[in-house]
Amino acid sequence: MTEQFQSDVPAPNVDLDNRVFWDAASRRELKFGRCCQCHKSYFYPRHFCPLCLSADVEWVSASGRGEIYSYTVMRRAERPFALAYVRLEEGPSMMTNIVECDFDRLSIGQAVEVVFVQSKSEALVPMFRPTER
Amino acid sequence: MSAAEFTTGRAYIAGAFEHPTRLATEQSIAQLHAEVARGALLDAGLGIGDVDAYYTADAPGLGPMAIVEHLGIKPRIVDSTDVGGSSYLLHVNHAAQAIAAGKCNVALITLAGRPRAEGKMTVASKFAGPDVGFESPYRSQVVSMYALAAARHMYEYGTTSQQLAWIKVAASTHAQHNERALLRNVVTVEEVVNSPMVADPLHRLDCCVITDGGGALVVVNAEIAKSLSRPRVKVRGAGEAVKHIYGGYPEMTSSAAAASGMAAFAEAGVTPADIKCACVYDSFTISVLIALEDLGFCPKGRGGQFVSDGNLISGVGKLPFNTDGGGLCNNHPSNRGGMTKIIEAVRQVRGEAHPHVQVPNCDLALAHGTGGWISSRHASATLILERA
Repeated sequence: MTEQFQSDVPAPNVDLDNRVFWDAASRRELKFGRCCQCHKSYFYPRHFCPLCLSADVEWVSASGRGEIYSYTVMRRAERPFALAYVRLEEGPSMMTNIVECDFDRLSIGQAVEVVFVQSKSEALVPMFRPTER
Repeated sequence: MSAAEFTTGRAYIAGAFEHPTRLATEQSIAQLHAEVARGALLDAGLGIGDVDAYYTADAPGLGPMAIVEHLGIKPRIVDSTDVGGSSYLLHVNHAAQAIAAGKCNVALITLAGRPRAEGKMTVASKFAGPDVGFESPYRSQVVSMYALAAARHMYEYGTTSQQLAWIKVAASTHAQHNERALLRNVVTVEEVVNSPMVADPLHRLDCCVITDGGGALVVVNAEIAKSLSRPRVKVRGAGEAVKHIYGGYPEMTSSAAAASGMAAFAEAGVTPADIKCACVYDSFTISVLIALEDLGFCPKGRGGQFVSDGNLISGVGKLPFNTDGGGLCNNHPSNRGGMTKIIEAVRQVRGEAHPHVQVPNCDLALAHGTGGWISSRHASATLILERA
């Protein structure tokens, strides 16, 4: 009998502010925000631009490519994991985890790509893995 | 009238009290609020009937109201601004402005909590902001959010774990003289960097203690201050600021201390070189290093060198810091270290710190707090206190 792998990843709490994001994640799309008024890209995506407060905003699908802005390995967790901010190719940075990696070989500036990881529920959560593995 | 002319010199800290406990199994939070309030008012030589303004953060009940009733206060001003551990420094700023405007005369500020007795690790966020839904699956905690800033600071400036360790060494050197401190043993750089890694690059000894208890302050107008018998501590300058990541553009090697410090120094009309003692929020060693740079005690990126070789140790270095042992060794009550920073700064200005750590002629001291996550959203406040 195969052992069920129990994910450590908490299921997202979907609400009015984030349901577009999590709905897209379930389709393996990573959404960020872009303002049609000031043309800035931002994360987390929201209904108003956080830079000029325009309501004329879009939820844009990211390429999934980025680089590590900073990271830390939580050593005292039962199964250690890496918390990070990844700077998306499109500009803004997002909080995430780095997976499918050797924690001791991570570095700031390292190229990463998005993967969608199963959480404790059925919901998929965007995380990043090193592009070179 | 400029902001500085309006406020500076119009408010004094007349009472300051740090609860002696570090583990409060027998007292409720409300009782701790009452005990620190009584302690600060006794210290000032005032009574609860004199209080006409009340400030707190994270008190039980709706904002400040339950504790206002519990203590029997009739306030003309209340404020329960809660930005985490720095809240109490913002409260002093707010009280000073209210006093300067004539809206109140005697402001009481209290902090109380019992995370150890309750078995809590760190402050749990009660507030489900619009950001939480994008972050909760990634299991961030306070220590990892500060570790991110430390990692980035090391990357950008070459700061080392050994340099960060000096901050703990200095705090422990002071704490040995504080009979109330939770940790009184003096540690070495080697012991800090060899302590278990919690979240790279922060080791266990890079992290502050978890304690129960609290503290309180009484802030009064100039006339009342002059009528009291204690040494006078003037709020010469105060500033506060919030920093976040501005739509996904983090800048983790500096904090809101740059803005709050600039405002405080401008109002006070003094510079970092004038400060004899600095009580700087020390949730983690990196919190101190970043703040010292931002406040202007050393250039950005040079914090590692600045804190090394005992430069923060009273009687040894150029900038005595956290002479009670700080949150790193003495007390960080209810996971909110801002109150105790102000209390030790007041002691120093009064000349009432422990003789082994008292800075000679401490006529100007600085207290600084950072609440929240230094790597993303947080609030800072800086106070400059003067012997008057």
